[in-house]
Amino acid sequence: MRAENLWKSYDERIVTVLKGVDCDVFEGQTVALCGPSGCGKSTLLHLFGGLDMPDRGCVSVNGVEVNRHSNLLRLLRYEVGFVFQLHNLIPDLTLAENCLIPSVAAGIDHRTALARLQELAERTGLSHRLDHRIQKLSGGERQRTALCRALMNKPKILLADEPTGSLDEHSSNIVFNILLNVVATEGATLLMATHDRTLAGRCDRLVEMHDGKIYEHAHAG
Amino acid sequence: MIFLKLILTNLLRHRIRSLISVAGIAFSVAAMLTVVTILQGAIGMFSNILSSDSQMIVFERDVSDLFFSNVPGDAAVQISDWPMVEHANPVLFGIVSSEGHPIITCFGVTATDARIQKAAWIKGDRGNFGRDDNDVVLGARAAEFLSASLGSRVQIGHATFHVIGVLKTANGFEDGGVFMPLTAAQSFFHKQGTSSVITVKLRNKEDTAAFKNMVRARYPNLIALENAEFTHSYSQFRILKATAWAVGGCGLLLGGLGVANTMIMSVFTRIREIAILRVNGFSQVQIGGVIFGESAVVSVFGALMGLLIGTCFLYALKLIPALVGYVDPTIHPLLMLVVLVLALLTGIAGALYPAIYAMRIRAVEALRFE
Repeated sequence: MRAENLWKSYDERIVTVLKGVDCDVFEGQTVALCGPSGCGKSTLLHLFGGLDMPDRGCVSVNGVEVNRHSNLLRLLRYEVGFVFQLHNLIPDLTLAENCLIPSVAAGIDHRTALARLQELAERTGLSHRLDHRIQKLSGGERQRTALCRALMNKPKILLADEPTGSLDEHSSNIVFNILLNVVATEGATLLMATHDRTLAGRCDRLVEMHDGKIYEHAHAG
Repeated sequence: MIFLKLILTNLLRHRIRSLISVAGIAFSVAAMLTVVTILQGAIGMFSNILSSDSQMIVFERDVSDLFFSNVPGDAAVQISDWPMVEHANPVLFGIVSSEGHPIITCFGVTATDARIQKAAWIKGDRGNFGRDDNDVVLGARAAEFLSASLGSRVQIGHATFHVIGVLKTANGFEDGGVFMPLTAAQSFFHKQGTSSVITVKLRNKEDTAAFKNMVRARYPNLIALENAEFTHSYSQFRILKATAWAVGGCGLLLGGLGVANTMIMSVFTRIREIAILRVNGFSQVQIGGVIFGESAVVSVFGALMGLLIGTCFLYALKLIPALVGYVDPTIHPLLMLVVLVLALLTGIAGALYPAIYAMRIRAVEALRFE
């Protein structure tokens, strides 16, 4: 993923969130994006994922400019997976039904999707909860469910916006361990926005953001 | 299945709201079905009067209502002598009032008319009809509301008549009407020498076209139509049908507005959920499909319930003695299909704005929506 001279403003350009951001994320890397609230971490993730368009500059994924992407749906369905702080699962649906949403969107055969779900559920320790409604799951289980959902269509890029932000320390560690493990197994690239410096330190790279700019890149550890 | 689950989940999440929408469609479908069926039944009843033992009707050309039609008396005599004609019976329609009864339908007929000869006589002798211009025969319901019976004298309009018989018919108009000799009716209604229509039965149905041409040639101010043709072209029937469909359509529109309101609420309360679907790869079309799917489910359930309610209501109406013969609860399958399709289209139309709104939701903004 590459960001070149990215600018992004909101509220009719009154609030400028990104001010000429340049950033490269290489295949297979795990990158932590750290910075105070409002520095532009989430905005950068949204731009990489095609959920928003920059005012100026260029965002490319796998060599293809996102803002010129001929098929943004393809990007969302097959190349990028999102994990959010508040998991954003659909209430009243079961764990399995929530996870199958991306496969329904992509028109993937139901049997194939179920097999994939089983595989991910085993790796995330959720096999015994597949038929449980979301309301019955703990915070950590919900976040693991969100992770499964994000990985259903085998995306090569995982964009995580504060994935452990709403969890306690114990649950955070469990979820993050699973996240790193699954990302490594899938061979995916992880770009994660986080306030947690401890978790950030376990990534390959740490990128600092402040006031809409990237100030330093530091290798983990 | 997940797609269907997404559709049903939101409906089940707000059961009361969904039920209200279903009820809105149900009652509008029931209203449409009832109004259209009753009016079609009434049209059918009136048509049956004209087609009693006949297949053609002759009346004055370019009149808006048969009550205003004047057919010369000698036309009936001449037409009945045509070789292709089995019989031709003049009928004079009139409406009078009586104390406590603002509308009493009168039929001025000859003694050979099928209504006299083939109806089921409860009292009296059909052979006595037409011997005296002061004698009348009452339909069973007319006898009841006029409190008259065989041999009694009854006030009809400005005159008093002697009841010589009571007959029972399946047709509500006839059963609530008064039958008097044609000459008596002509005098009573000041239409000497004329009738409203001539009902004609041909010896051979294939002579229909020839019969029409002969009537056109010999009587330029008269027109001959087959009964079915007449039913389709009679302006009063067309007005009634149009009114029925308009009233029914308004009812359906109200139901559709209810669905629209529900769908708008449905979309506004799940903006975040829609954003989640978009982030996970749902296209605008798929989002629209979820919204339209919800309204389709509501419409189908509502329509089916409406058909049930409407059918029950029509059968209940039939049990009311005063309406016996006027209400035909037979619902034509084609009408049911039309009403079902209209209900579905109304529901889907009601979901149009909410679906377009949902399809245009920007995921990145909607995810911040509380």
